[in-house]
Amino acid sequence: MKRLLIGTALATSFGAAAFAGSHSNEVKIGVFLGFTGPIESTVAQMGPAAEFAVNEVNESGLLLGGASVSSVRADTTCIDAGAATAAMERLVTSDNVDGVVGGDCSGVTGAALMNVALPNGMVMISPSATSPGLSHMNNEDNGLFFRTAPSDARQGVVMTEILMDRGINSVAVSYTNNDYGKGLADAFQSAYEAAGGTVTLNAPHEDGKADYSAEVAALAAAGGDRLVVAGYVDQGGKGITQAALDTGAFDTFHFPDGMLSAKLLEDFGADLNGSTGQHPSPSVELAANFKSVVGDAFDSTSAFAPESYDAAALIMLAMQAAGSKDPNVYKEHVMNVANAPGEKINAGELAKGLEILANGGEIDYVGATGVELVGPGEAAGTYREVEYVNGEETTAGFR
Amino acid sequence: MELLNAFIVLANFVLVPAIAYGSQLALGALGVTLVYGVLRFSNFAHGDTMAFGTMVVILLTWWMQSIGISIAPLPTALLALPLGIAVTAALLIATDRTVYKFYRTQKSPPVIFLIVSLGVMFVMNGLVRFIIGVDDQRFSDGERFIISAREFKKMTGLSEGLAIKTTQGITVITAIVVVAVLFWFLNKTRTGKSMRAFSDNEDLALLSGINPERVVFYTWLIVAALATIAGTLYGLDKSFKPFVYFQLLLPIFAAAIVGGLGSPLGAIAGGFIIAFSEVMITYAWKKVFGYILPEALAPDGLVQLLATEYKFAVSFVILVIVLLFKPTGLFKGKAL
Repeated sequence: MKRLLIGTALATSFGAAAFAGSHSNEVKIGVFLGFTGPIESTVAQMGPAAEFAVNEVNESGLLLGGASVSSVRADTTCIDAGAATAAMERLVTSDNVDGVVGGDCSGVTGAALMNVALPNGMVMISPSATSPGLSHMNNEDNGLFFRTAPSDARQGVVMTEILMDRGINSVAVSYTNNDYGKGLADAFQSAYEAAGGTVTLNAPHEDGKADYSAEVAALAAAGGDRLVVAGYVDQGGKGITQAALDTGAFDTFHFPDGMLSAKLLEDFGADLNGSTGQHPSPSVELAANFKSVVGDAFDSTSAFAPESYDAAALIMLAMQAAGSKDPNVYKEHVMNVANAPGEKINAGELAKGLEILANGGEIDYVGATGVELVGPGEAAGTYREVEYVNGEETTAGFR
Repeated sequence: MELLNAFIVLANFVLVPAIAYGSQLALGALGVTLVYGVLRFSNFAHGDTMAFGTMVVILLTWWMQSIGISIAPLPTALLALPLGIAVTAALLIATDRTVYKFYRTQKSPPVIFLIVSLGVMFVMNGLVRFIIGVDDQRFSDGERFIISAREFKKMTGLSEGLAIKTTQGITVITAIVVVAVLFWFLNKTRTGKSMRAFSDNEDLALLSGINPERVVFYTWLIVAALATIAGTLYGLDKSFKPFVYFQLLLPIFAAAIVGGLGSPLGAIAGGFIIAFSEVMITYAWKKVFGYILPEALAPDGLVQLLATEYKFAVSFVILVIVLLFKPTGLFKGKAL
């Protein structure tokens, strides 16, 4: 029995070596998203979007002189840093991926980056982690981390502009008690106060709790012209909004991206009249182009699906520009392919981009969201300003 | 006028929500305390029994709405309650026959029952999610407010509004009716008396000819009614989400233990103590003091004893204090 086991082990290792040898010209992209957990319904569109870009490149056969590209999925769970770290470890050490699209939620992304990507020198491009804590201003990430979603520090500034333009200079803030909520609330508070506004109270709420009257009572006592709810629409954010409306504590609200969905309107309808919000969103033309490219493969308008496509595309374009699939080499080229100068490359034109790069040209990747990387490698971001009028969600403009 | 405004602020943000929440907790705690008193174990499956009962009521409500039955201005769910209770009772009694009865005949210690109920909890948990899903469901209809904050301001001319939701009114009235009926049943009827006798001393009750299976049957029937009513009232007032019902278990047990496990009166007192402590200790008194005190003394800060993130700590600190100084709870329940 023992001999058989040893024999099997030897055979497997030889097999693995032979496998690796015969596929030296293969590129693997990890798709590291929360396929289970609180945002699994969103990821159901994000995963296919990333894989769509991989397929597009694979079919063109132009990457690194005809390398075949494939993708490997791993689950971040969105909330469990331990499970996410283990999954990332698997991607890097056992699946031997050459780049990672992900993670999705800010907390697990930070954990996977610090514990696995950094020591192993792996590039991560996140489509949806928005916490300002992930902006590595002093190169703590060795230049390995990028994101195609804008940081919430930027969202805080956009929120401030929207509120200030409407003459609202005193608000109360209730945020969901996690990396996303706290990051956004703090970013907003500093931007708002710098612009001369007053935050009467900046207090957290826990998700999934039985009763929110205590939180709303404190917010109401603090007062303010509007209540900013930096939470989740299917979690505590809804409970807070409901309780605030019921007690008459606040009549109008401001909703950041976590709250904006069709569900919000379904739940509150005309009670939202006069309220505002914003979420990252590509311009109308880019969205229409992306929709025509993907067809029915997945829902192209779903949150962060375009960002996922762009994240995967950027990894492969950077490889092409570097002429190497080594993360420590191609990480230097991510910013170059994403930004001007160069030929503009839209979604669905990845083959054209690869060809230009192969011939030594330069490209400016536009993609599905109008990618423009700033600062330490994060999207500048376009936000859609939302206003509720007569029980309808209307677009007040783009910022 | 200023005093009146201060009182209205307090009523709107503390008294009304806390009384409604307290009634919901009290009804839940009554169910837990009954199982503990008669069957002698802590029923961890209670939160999910509430979720199951509510789910049945929701499905029936949707069916009634689709064929146009309504009792406006009251929510249709009230009409679906009796049938919901019947289905939940059937489930509980079936669970008892297949699961708990086995351990009862073996005379298993309470801790085994507790673990068994944990297993039952996971099964019900899965059952509810399987049938209705994990998402938030809304099923309230009819008039939303008895009086809304805006109407109140217009009517009285006060600068502060008072809102009372229909569901809050229904919750409190239903809770009072249910508690009254329950106490009448336990104290006046033959079955109720035999349940109390069984709870006091099992052996003596058996000697005097009380049929234990009958007592167990009626206990589950009442628990099903209490759980379904508590769950439905909570769902009407807030919203239905299976995960939240699972989390409700914590404040419900805290309420039952503070009041004294096994004591119905204690469960009610415990429910209100937990609800009021959660809302009151973290309340910001700024507005109230602003009205009461002369302008010069009006506070600038929030005058908040504790930030709201500590509200759960508050109810558990109360729980610990009660257990330290009065291990049987405020109303002399059975010691844990």
